[in-house]
Amino acid sequence: MSSSENSAGGTTTPRLVAEEETSPGQLAAFEERIARGEKIEPGDWMPALYRKQLIRLIQQHANSELMGALPEGQWIPYAPGFRRKMALIAKVQDEVGHAQLLYRAAETLGKPRHEMMTELVNGESKYSNVFNYPCETWADIAMVGWLIDGAAIVNQTIMQTGSYGPYSRALQRITYEEAFHLKQGYDLVVTLHTGTPAQRAMCQEAFSRWWWPLMMFFGPPDRASVHTDILQRWALKPKTNDEQRQIFLRKFVPKIQELGLEIPDEDLRWDEDSGTWHFTQPDWDEFKRVIRGGGPLNAERLALRRLLYEQGSWLRTALEQAEQPRAAA
Amino acid sequence: MYGDPTADFESDSKPDGQDAMPHYSREWNFDPYHQAMAFARRRAPDHASADTEWRVWEVFQQAKRGEHHAHVGSIHAPDAEVALVLAKENFARRGACVNLWVTPADAIHATDYEDADVFIHTTDKLYREPAGFQGLRSSRIQGSSRTTEAKGTST
Repeated sequence: MSSSENSAGGTTTPRLVAEEETSPGQLAAFEERIARGEKIEPGDWMPALYRKQLIRLIQQHANSELMGALPEGQWIPYAPGFRRKMALIAKVQDEVGHAQLLYRAAETLGKPRHEMMTELVNGESKYSNVFNYPCETWADIAMVGWLIDGAAIVNQTIMQTGSYGPYSRALQRITYEEAFHLKQGYDLVVTLHTGTPAQRAMCQEAFSRWWWPLMMFFGPPDRASVHTDILQRWALKPKTNDEQRQIFLRKFVPKIQELGLEIPDEDLRWDEDSGTWHFTQPDWDEFKRVIRGGGPLNAERLALRRLLYEQGSWLRTALEQAEQPRAAA
Repeated sequence: MYGDPTADFESDSKPDGQDAMPHYSREWNFDPYHQAMAFARRRAPDHASADTEWRVWEVFQQAKRGEHHAHVGSIHAPDAEVALVLAKENFARRGACVNLWVTPADAIHATDYEDADVFIHTTDKLYREPAGFQGLRSSRIQGSSRTTEAKGTST
């Protein structure tokens, strides 16, 4: 990343920021507002780097919601029963709705939505790695609903306390809806885990596969993340990757153990001295490989996203042109 | 960078010749979703983005008849009719709603946060509040209790 970002942890002001000040003291006033817990709003002065990082964060988040709808959407025709199907349809619809809320929040920073959509379908912007892994069985849908959405809630509840108003407000609405996703996921897991031996085995198999992608969900360890310093200083990302991972483990490991699912990490243990969960680091090389496009389903997911975007274009065109005859009349 | 979405999936899943993550080699061709994939791969190279940037509409939702409409967010739409449909899909999926308003975002005029000092009360405005008035206190009544005074006037 840029040198300005690397220097952000020290006392020096990033060069990019100082250059953009239109009157002296603007940056200091901006940072004082954040320190007071005030939200920054779209029309306010903000450092160029704040805007850039915020667009990156929100755009990735929006992309993840939109891409997350694909693996679950694929299972709608195979949902076991009408109630499960209705719930899954509702969840997928929510995810797409969340994407819309987040793209709107990113737009308030000056990046047009069509530009973000184009970057996504062209593979030029990122989204959460977990959606590049397959959902092989119905138990995967249970795991995604309970654990991926559970991890997302941990992340989004933290991000909600961040300094940018439109993002924070969108997240309030999103976390409210995610609560339903979590509950329906947990209900699925419990149903399978207390079911027939075949259902139990399917549940455990899916859990074991999702454990490592989940451990990567919050991103690389803090020492390796180039963004952390500046993101914390400007309350863009109020807690670090490692802090978020620990919150997730504190919340979910007891529930996993209560159910009796076997965690595929023999070294996972509660460390009394540090008050944290000790765990085996996931394969961060795999993480990098997947983020660069080398994951099991990157190409397939993006191709489908692109296809759906193309297939939807007739509707966008039709809606746009519908108004014209009336205007002429 | 991401792999080319049009590239053959099998070769893309094994970058640098490594046999990465072998348990994902499952065949996917049993439903329309996966049948669409073959189509997607053929079509993808010609893809040209042609999205439109419609105007932004602010959405106000009324939870119960007679209550205030409250701002809930915003959407893109080409006209008011479509805006109402999209507002419903985006903001009224669950929970109470009896009515929606949409208005073009550029029709909204707002004060500037820079001028927020105009709202600061520079003097004591307690006289505008119910709490600013104490009503009838015993110390204000000389010689008689409230009860007897009330009785006296009624006869």
